[in-house]
Amino acid sequence: MASASIPSREYVYLDHAATSPLRPEAHAAMEPYGDVMYANPSGSHRFAREARQVIDEARDAVAEAIGCAPGEIIFTSGGTEGANSAVLGAVRRTGGTAVCAATEHHAVLHCVEHVQGVVVPVTEQGPVDPDVMRETLRTTDNVAVVSVMAVNNETGAINNLELISHAVRRQAPNAIFHTDAVQAACWLDLRTIWPHVDALTLSAHKFGGPKGMGIMVLRNGFNVEPLLLGGGQERDRRSGTHNVAGIVGTSVALTITDEKRASEVARLGALRDELIHGITSRVECATATLAPGVGIAGTAHVCLEGLESESLLYLLDEADVCVSAASACASGAMEPSHVLAAMGVPRERIKGSLRFSLGHTTTRQHVQAAVEATAAAASRLGAKVSVS
Amino acid sequence: MKVLLAMSGGVDSSAAALVLREQGHDVVGVTMRLWGGESDTGCCSVSDVDDARRVAQQVGVDHLVFNFSEEFNQHVVDPYVKSHVEGTTPNPCIECNRHLKFDKLIERGRALGFDAVATGHHARIVEQDGVKRLARGADALKDQSYVVHMLSGEDLSYVMFPVGHMQKSEVRELATTGGLRTAAKPDSQDVCFIGSTIGRAGFLEPRLTFNSAQVVDASGDTVGEVPAVELVTLGQRRGLGLGGGDKRYVVAVDVPARRVTVGDESELYVSETRIGTLSWPYNSDTSLVNGTEVLVQGSAHGDRGAGVVAIDGDELTIRWSRPHRRIAPGQTVVFYDASDTMVLGGGIVLS
Repeated sequence: MASASIPSREYVYLDHAATSPLRPEAHAAMEPYGDVMYANPSGSHRFAREARQVIDEARDAVAEAIGCAPGEIIFTSGGTEGANSAVLGAVRRTGGTAVCAATEHHAVLHCVEHVQGVVVPVTEQGPVDPDVMRETLRTTDNVAVVSVMAVNNETGAINNLELISHAVRRQAPNAIFHTDAVQAACWLDLRTIWPHVDALTLSAHKFGGPKGMGIMVLRNGFNVEPLLLGGGQERDRRSGTHNVAGIVGTSVALTITDEKRASEVARLGALRDELIHGITSRVECATATLAPGVGIAGTAHVCLEGLESESLLYLLDEADVCVSAASACASGAMEPSHVLAAMGVPRERIKGSLRFSLGHTTTRQHVQAAVEATAAAASRLGAKVSVS
Repeated sequence: MKVLLAMSGGVDSSAAALVLREQGHDVVGVTMRLWGGESDTGCCSVSDVDDARRVAQQVGVDHLVFNFSEEFNQHVVDPYVKSHVEGTTPNPCIECNRHLKFDKLIERGRALGFDAVATGHHARIVEQDGVKRLARGADALKDQSYVVHMLSGEDLSYVMFPVGHMQKSEVRELATTGGLRTAAKPDSQDVCFIGSTIGRAGFLEPRLTFNSAQVVDASGDTVGEVPAVELVTLGQRRGLGLGGGDKRYVVAVDVPARRVTVGDESELYVSETRIGTLSWPYNSDTSLVNGTEVLVQGSAHGDRGAGVVAIDGDELTIRWSRPHRRIAPGQTVVFYDASDTMVLGGGIVLS
């Protein structure tokens, strides 16, 4: 049996965009709901009512951090469920067309492809051009849903949802505008996103909450066909017994994330710049994928042209530095990035891409160690590297 | 030593992990993702990767997955299709070993600081007079030296075959004793990227254009027709639309002329065969072969024929000691010494 204990070695964990460690406060808040307070909140006895109160309070706290009404919150099993609900649920309700950006996470992209929707190209830096979106919507009949991610999971590129929402309102006034905000929660004030969209998806483990928990926000007056039918626990928009511990952990993690966001963005943004500068100045073949200012503070995406991500990841792993490249398929093999391909990044650069993603446990020492390890790995693989 | 072990999810590479661990090596298992398309056989389905990973966990070694699907398409699948267009009979498993298992994986292994790359092939590397030599695996029925014959002298100094000295039954017993889930897994048989339900024709159909062809006899008279000349192989007897009568075999396939010639079995026998794409396991030391009578194996588990090899430049001629049944162009031949044990070299049939 693999050990579940905390590794004794000091790992440099720079893969927060894959998952961020559970915040200790969330862990502590969840604990009672595993054993002592085990009641099903849908019951009618006092024990159940206590659990129900906990969920109601959590819902209020989440609504506060997003700037929406508590009744607009739907607790889900994660980001994938939220994205599937928004895209497939909207299409099933109206029979119209789904539209998304080419760089969307597969949780959105595969849904849109599944219903033969329209995929909109992106600019070289990653964001969707609102004018291209406007033109696409103008020439597409009966649009049911438009889905554009707030922040890209690989590169960290930010979309201008305000301008895109204008295009949606003008050209597809009956469409639901959904955003996958999974990668935004740690970096952008969700209250600045919510006014522009009708539906918004979050995943708890990306902001220090538990895995298997997500939030879908659906604006009052908008409806999609539920994916899960049954007891109707989430006001008939989602069924399934409430995961009380998960909901509590989610709400605590999101509240702390929201409170600390401004200072963390400043702190980690500086470290991210240091990381990118360190790698691109030391490793001759390395370039930053995004121009400064295009992405969130937490992601450093670089391409080491002429090298292979798989080899770099192996050597970094050996040096106890945990990072990632593109997404993996079911076998665990790295797939060539559809995001970078959509941005028109040349193949030779895509093959050597690396994503360092920072978060609440990241320190300056981690960043410095990652720069050293990357330079050493690149050098070992034959790249020109200068001493610091 | 730090060893990179290719783990397909089969019993041989599973047992190889145990053997290497037992020998005290520092092992990292790797499964190569080769074929990205649909298939239910062979060595790169998700369930095979699951098996490889689970075995690695059980044995206590790290497990990685490398995505070589692009190289696999380039070096194995595309040439496989092209061979059919040209009317030759390819051996994709050999091309996969040549370009992926050894070329690409050895390159990776060296770049990542491994001292050796290991696979679960049934073949042995033995040292004679200070030279590493490639020999048949200990289990004559499972010997795979034919499919790894292309290893160079440098490769033989870097590669390990941990189960090559074992009988297959011993391999299974070892895996069973080790509690590995792959212990009773059947051997892979077919071309890994072709699903058993679609078959070769179904795989090729969307990738090339089939052309019907006249089937003619030695005098040029049309005796039948085939719907796809690209699927006809030298020596083939069935599926030619000839009805009953005497047994007749394909003795020539002319794809550009859309013509298949049939004849008696005796017409399939030749005194010479031309070979190209030569490979020599002992750093091009061909003295063991040139002008010598060697044993020639023309398929994975086929009979050996004796012949004298005459090398001229990049090609060679086998002068068969007795008339030998023709081996289809595109197929691989491997030369063994008189004891039928040591690999001396190999190549691909030209004509």
